[in-house]
This record gives sequence, C-alpha cells and structure tokens, in this order.
Amino acid sequence: MQIHSPEFKQRAGDALDNANLQRALGNLRDGFPQKRAAAVARMPEFEQLRNEGRDLKNHILANLDFYLEQFEDNVIKQGGQVHWARDGEEARRAILEICRNAGAKTVTKGKSMVSEEINLNDYLEANGVKPVETDLGEYILQLREDHPSHIIAPAIHLNLDDVSDIFHKKHNRPRSEDPAELMQEAREMLRKQFVAADVGITGANFCVAETGSTIIVTNEGNGDLTQTLPRVHVVITTIEKVVPTLEDMTLFLRLLARSATGQEFTVYNTLSSGPRRPEDQDGPEEFHVVLLDNGRSEMIGSEFQEMLRCIRCSACMNHCPVYGAIGGHAYGWVYPGPMGSVLTPKLIGVDKAGHLPNASTFCGKCESVCPVKIPLPKLMRHWREREFERHLSPKGFRFGLGTWAWFARRPGLYRWVSRSSSWFLKRLGGKQGRIRSLPLGKGWTAWRDMPAPQGSTFMDQWKRHQQTQQQKNKG
Amino acid sequence: MTASSTTPPTAKVGFFVTCLVDMFRPSVGFASIKLLELAGCEVEVPETQTCCGQPAYNSGDRNSTRAIAESVIDAFDGFEYVVGPSGSCIGMLHQYPDLFEPDNPYFERARSLAGRAYEITSFLTDVVGLGTLQARFEGLVTYHDSCAGLRELGVKTQPRQLLSQVDGVELAEMNEAETCCGFGGTFCIKYPDISNRMVSNKTANAQATGAAVLLGGDLGCLLNMAGKLKREGSTMEVRHVVELLANMTDQPAIGESAADLAYNAGGH
Repeated sequence: MQIHSPEFKQRAGDALDNANLQRALGNLRDGFPQKRAAAVARMPEFEQLRNEGRDLKNHILANLDFYLEQFEDNVIKQGGQVHWARDGEEARRAILEICRNAGAKTVTKGKSMVSEEINLNDYLEANGVKPVETDLGEYILQLREDHPSHIIAPAIHLNLDDVSDIFHKKHNRPRSEDPAELMQEAREMLRKQFVAADVGITGANFCVAETGSTIIVTNEGNGDLTQTLPRVHVVITTIEKVVPTLEDMTLFLRLLARSATGQEFTVYNTLSSGPRRPEDQDGPEEFHVVLLDNGRSEMIGSEFQEMLRCIRCSACMNHCPVYGAIGGHAYGWVYPGPMGSVLTPKLIGVDKAGHLPNASTFCGKCESVCPVKIPLPKLMRHWREREFERHLSPKGFRFGLGTWAWFARRPGLYRWVSRSSSWFLKRLGGKQGRIRSLPLGKGWTAWRDMPAPQGSTFMDQWKRHQQTQQQKNKG
Repeated sequence: MTASSTTPPTAKVGFFVTCLVDMFRPSVGFASIKLLELAGCEVEVPETQTCCGQPAYNSGDRNSTRAIAESVIDAFDGFEYVVGPSGSCIGMLHQYPDLFEPDNPYFERARSLAGRAYEITSFLTDVVGLGTLQARFEGLVTYHDSCAGLRELGVKTQPRQLLSQVDGVELAEMNEAETCCGFGGTFCIKYPDISNRMVSNKTANAQATGAAVLLGGDLGCLLNMAGKLKREGSTMEVRHVVELLANMTDQPAIGESAADLAYNAGGH
C-alpha cells in the first residue's frame, strides 16, 4: 500500500466532505461500540481477562526469542517450514519463491493486514502470480482497486450502493441491491478461484509455540477454503503473534472476539498444524510460515514495547472519535486509528507519519477499551516527544510553544500576559460576549465563536477581594 | 453529613485556578472557593502558580514541562490538598511523577503533590463532606463528561450527586455523554475541521435532550461547546457545574452577554 500519511490533513478534510463516507462511518459508530459493550456486560470477569491478557503478553515479549524458537522447532516437527524475514522485501521474496516452486499461477488469500504492510499483492502480480482476495470485504476492495480502511472490516468505508455498482460492472450481471444476492454472487465467483488456486495465503491471529500451529479467526469461512484446498499453504505473520500454549491462545480468543465484534466467539477458529498427514482426508501438501520482523524487534526495550501487545481487535479505532469522523483512509497507510497512530511512525518513519500521533485529543477512550490495556495516548505522546526532539513539529508552533513555556515559568510575567490577553479578548467580544473572528485563531473561529472573557482575571479579582476583606476586618 | 464531622475546619486547601478560569471565567474560581469554604476548608490561592504545563507535555516538550512542574510543585508546597476546577489540569498534576527520575528531589515531591491534588467535584464528594447545599436552579440540564476527569480521575458520579442536591434541577443525560467534544487543547487548533465535526456531534447530542443548560467540569470543553452552540444560533446555556452548585448563576453563561442573561431569565 502506498504511503499517503504525510497528506493526512488534506485527506482528513476530504473525508469530512465526503457524504457517502460519512454515512458509512455513522453505521460504524452505531454498531461496534454497542456490540462490544453488550458482550462485556455479559461477562463479569472481562476486566480480569484484560489484566491477564496484558500480563501474558508482557511475559511473551520478555521471552520472545524463546517462544519464537520453540514455535519454529514445532512447525518443523509437524513437517512445515519457517522463513524468517527481517523486512518486507525478504518476506515478499520468500513468498514468491514458494509460489514459483509450486508453479503457481493464481493464489487465494485470506484477509491479512501484514500482506498489506508488505505490499504483497502488487508484488505477486508484477511477478506473474495473480492474487485473489477471498474475504468478502477484501474481494470488493480488490475489484475496486481500493485498500482496507479498517483492520477487521476492510470495506467499512463503502455503502451497499458501491458494492452493487462494482459487482454489476465486474461480474457482468444484472445490478442487485439485495445483500443476500450480492453475497451469493461473490460466492459463485470465488468458488471457482478456491478450486483453481495453487497456493493459499493467510495471515495468523496467533502462533502457538507448544504445537507449532497457527490460527485464523474469520466469520466467513473463506480462510478455511484458502488454507485447505490449494496444494501449498503459506502463513504470513509477524513475530509478536506468538503465544506459549493453546490454553493461552484461548484467553486471547475470548478477548479478541468480544473486543472486535462483540461476539462471544468468532464463527470460524481454524488451526493449521503442518501439512496434510497420510491419514488426513484433506489439507495442503506444504505448510510454510513466513515470520516477519519489519522493525518490531527494535521496539522491544524501547518506550514503544507495549504496542507489541496489540492483538488487532480494532476496538481502539471503533471507539475513536477521530477515526469515527474521518475513517481509515485519511491515515494514509495500512494501520489506522489509535493503534495505527503508534505503529505507523515506527514502520514507515515518524517523519512521514508525524501527523498521526498528533491527530488525537488524548481522550483516552482507546486505552479504556483495549483488551490488553495498551496505554495508547502515552505512546502517541512519546512520538510527539521524538518529533519535538528532532525538530519535526512546525516552526511556528515550536516558537509559540517555547514563548508560552518561557512565560509559564515566570509567574509575574505570566500574570501580565493573562491580564493583557483577557483585556484584549474582552474588548474584541464587545457587548456580544463572544468573538466571531480571531486574527490568530482562525482554526477556532472558522467554525465556532470564541467566548469572551468575563472581565479582569481571577488573580486580579482575588487580590482585590482579599484587600477588601482585610479592610473590612480592620474596620 | 456536615462538613465538620468529616474534616477539621482547618483543612488547608491550595486552590489551583487554572489558566482558562483565570483568563476567561473568574466566577468559576469564586464559586469553587465558596464551595470549599462551605465544606469547612481554609482556602488560599498561591500567587506564584501559573499553568499545569499540559500544552508542553502533550506537544512532546518534556524539558519545559518539567520546569513548569517544578514551579507548580514549589507553589503548592505545604498545602494539605490542592483543588482545581478542571479534571484536565488536575489530571496533569497526577502525571508529574513520570517527569522526574527517582533520584531527583522533585520526584518525591511530585508524588506527594499527585496524592494531594483533586478535581473540585471529586474533592467535595470523595474527600470532604459538603453540608446541605443552599442552591436553587430551575430547569432541565445535561452534563458532558470531560475526558481527563472521567478516564484519568474517575469523575462521573460526583458532579451528578452534587447536582441532585440543587433544588429545582432536573438532569437529562445525553447520548454519548462520555465522548470527547473535540477540544483536545492544541488539537482544536492543529486539526480544526476534525475538531469541528466532533463538537458538532456533541452539541447535537446535548440539544437532543431538550435541556436548557449544558454543564461540565472543564472550561476548555465548555468554551468549545459554547462557541459551537452560539455559532449555531442555539439558546442553550453553557456553564461550569460549580456555578450551579454555589448558587452563582447571576453571571451571563459562557459566550453570552448581559442582554442574553436578561432574555433567558424571561423564560426559555
């Protein structure tokens, strides 16, 4: 996916003006938060599970090398192969080589944000392998040459009309507006692809060290067909997805489904443990796991380590008022919302993604719903600190902040500035009590009035009040 | 419960004014002090106080934040409690220990300050008992939960509990009362169009209650919401909750003039 994060402001503005997108975002704001709240309400021990999830992830990250090696050993014992990839380039090459060895012309794909992160589809296509997305949302996006705007509901930015239009155009069938008919149409199209594919590529929600298994959770079942029908199954995933045991995995499955969609459990929870054995009725002949780092190991031991606890549930973006206002594409890359605002600067550079951690009011809603209690506002603030240290924040802003901070350390002068500003704004407000246009505050007054101060400052009034009291007491 | 039964009358409170109250709405400061004195506290306003440092903290300027924090810590030395009419600024005081290394002498003092610092409605409810309020306000009100107070300090029931003691007041909860209003300090200047969308959602939810007055506990949010309501031409009044609690609603509401006050008094 091409990087557009530097154009965040422009893209956010476009998103706010896009009526169709706003309609779609309205559905998101009404849907996910209520469903999660209901699921949490049905489970009194949910808070305890969040603490356990946080603690277990911390333990895993402290012993990541151990669990990754254990995972690799067990994948090999099951007859599979592990490919370590330091970056996207290494991961893409490993996958292409597997496809070439299999003589693959088409590959089916389950939904994978990591494959977006490494731009896999474009790369495969450029090298003569046709990728076919099989998740319904991803399939729609692929037809539209579009990209996901959300990590679990990739086509959340679209409305029914958009789907009807693109199916009509690409499938050469009469235009339907019935969701069930559209779904059936997609199934018919995809069924042929499932059978024709030489390789199936999926992501992994978790990698289980004790068994060498990977698991995907889906609500459509497309992932199962992707990983069992083709001759070769490739899992593309990242190093922080490893968990010690199957039992540990279930803790995260319980947290994940409730936090993501408000389900008690996702519909399909499918484990892959190596290739097909002689006694198996189906399954792939080859099983490959591509384990991508792409900068994550550098986060260990840094102030961003806690971000690696993320289990990609999307609760943070579902509850984020900024994401809810502008949608995921405004963020300009793969991972949007609060989790993306922490992760993206690490993956593509804070010089390109600097807007993301700034475009937050630090309202804290994301942290309050995170199933593994990642302190997202604190981590966004750490990026702001890096930007400040590297002088990446705008010059005018730095100058203003520096001047203000200089005064804020000098109470006498600060009083004087407050008094003058208060006096000036009071005059500007006039009899109205509010200001309709502020020369230096256009961002505010373009859409809002600026309430005018009541009169002199509290500190001045308090001083007079104290003096009057003293005189009264003397008298 | 009376004030004297829970707190000795000498409870010494340093009042943290906060920049926005100082500049925009001194009546919120006077109302807060009136309530603190009603609760039996001896209130002082240290003259050397300035800002909590949050603008620098949230802009990534840790050195300035630390310097400002040191002067706030000095200013409020020796007070049993530090109380302010803002969950956001008091929440910032709670962050101070993170700014200092444990071997810095300010580290322990920062921890001490954080342990003594309270948002006003939380202080009046959780720390000192307030005797029966002598306050009256006729009308339907709605309440916006400001983010920092709500999620950093757990301020949710306290203002509502206090409001329930005001004669004549009826509270109508709005949808998404806990959703950010879009102020966010420098956010509303850096991303004004996103901020505008957020505050528009907020004012729509507030007005849908049919309430005549929108209340809250943080002046930043209140200025934002009042500014939006006025621009939309709404007659909904916006006030800090302490104004009602202290029976001090004689001042025009936020962003309104004396003429508006006279008009509103004539009936909404």
